[in-house]
Amino acid sequence: MLRDEELDLLLQTLIETYGYDFSNYARSSLKRRVSRLLIVDRFPSFAELFYRVKTDADYLTHFIQEITVNVTEMFRDPHVYKTLREQVLPLLATHPLIRIWHAGCATGEEVYSMAILLLEAGVLHKSLMYATDINPAVIENIKKGVFPLSAMKQYSENYIASGGKKDFSSYYTAAYDSVRFNADLKTKMILATHNLVSDRSFNEFGLILCRNVLIYFDKELQEKVFTLFDASLEKRGFLVLGAKENIRFSTIASKFTPLNKVDKIWRKVK
Amino acid sequence: MEESKIKSYKVIAIGGSAGSLDIVLKIVAALPAATTSVLVLILHRKTTADSVLQYLLSSRTSLSVKEVEDKEPIQAGTIYIAPPDYHLLVEDKHTFALDSSEKVQYSRPSIDVSFESIAACFGTDALGILLSGANADGAEGMAAIKAGGGYTIAQDPASADVGYMPQQAINLGVVDEVLDVINLESKVIQYLKKI
Repeated sequence: MLRDEELDLLLQTLIETYGYDFSNYARSSLKRRVSRLLIVDRFPSFAELFYRVKTDADYLTHFIQEITVNVTEMFRDPHVYKTLREQVLPLLATHPLIRIWHAGCATGEEVYSMAILLLEAGVLHKSLMYATDINPAVIENIKKGVFPLSAMKQYSENYIASGGKKDFSSYYTAAYDSVRFNADLKTKMILATHNLVSDRSFNEFGLILCRNVLIYFDKELQEKVFTLFDASLEKRGFLVLGAKENIRFSTIASKFTPLNKVDKIWRKVK
Repeated sequence: MEESKIKSYKVIAIGGSAGSLDIVLKIVAALPAATTSVLVLILHRKTTADSVLQYLLSSRTSLSVKEVEDKEPIQAGTIYIAPPDYHLLVEDKHTFALDSSEKVQYSRPSIDVSFESIAACFGTDALGILLSGANADGAEGMAAIKAGGGYTIAQDPASADVGYMPQQAINLGVVDEVLDVINLESKVIQYLKKI
């Protein structure tokens, strides 16, 4: 396992050389990611990894991709999507334009899930989905809309559990071991890199989804991001977090009310 | 042996997979009403979010039972369950952390991940217990606890529904004590901190 002072040295270099600030990430997880990278990329010791990061900007892209967690799935926690379908989208549908922000969208499975919900609700044409991530490499994948075929069985089950009525395979074309999602799903996606640590609010949204991103941040950074979300949400807008995340202990908590007890969806009331 | 000579541990981490639920319930049912130790359960189970496990455990002990949320404070005398589909880590001696990164040993939560994290943070204050399972998860974690100066117990593979998992740790030579079901039930309580 990586030592604390080694991690500190690495974090300092990332800020000074590249402007990436990971100092308010949860250390236990970050330490594990860097230790894992030492093994996966076969560095004999921390010194070699450190030198590579410091001197090789191309390697840095790979480094960022590997130490940030990009694990996600379509219609993850289907009950959340069921509630979005039944209770949130009907309210947003009354807006002339529906703006949605997927903050920390990773490889985009959630954005495509949302596009399917919007299409089925008949409001995709008047929606804009802003999908942002710190990681430039994953944004490229979303543009392609290509996902592994092996995951489709699980995604199809999730889709049905979320209240989906169609044949899930009608949304994609399979080729060898991957599938390409229909191009109409991505017409309303706007993809950009955005760093929740350092970048500011860029629009006002009716719905913000940020699931399983805040678990990697310490309390101080979480508070900063909650304030950013509050500033980026219109009044009566909705915020969706991961299954084990909560705004309960943050300073914005008093301005939000939970939609129910299980879904981790809050509505801004003030 | 005099009870006072047995070392007690701040954190007792229990890892289990196939065939471990019954023995976990028995260990929990045998716990005293109060302790300053913390129990952390890392059990492989289906990813569907439900509260059945929490209910089963709560009905057998007066200690409070919680499924861990993000940055949950670590409180004495509490039984914590790793939530399905997340790795459970300790951020520092007072706080848990969650991680939804790749599966380890085909598992999320992974026993290795939690045990290694607990070992790094709690060192000689950690006790690891590895129960029945058909998976190689947990052996490396037991090694980490042992290397950190903690204590390790494996369920006797002959007494386990599936002996493969504890056997992997025993094969690594990192197990201090091998106990069958009956001894696990009665002896684990000796390692708890008394109030």
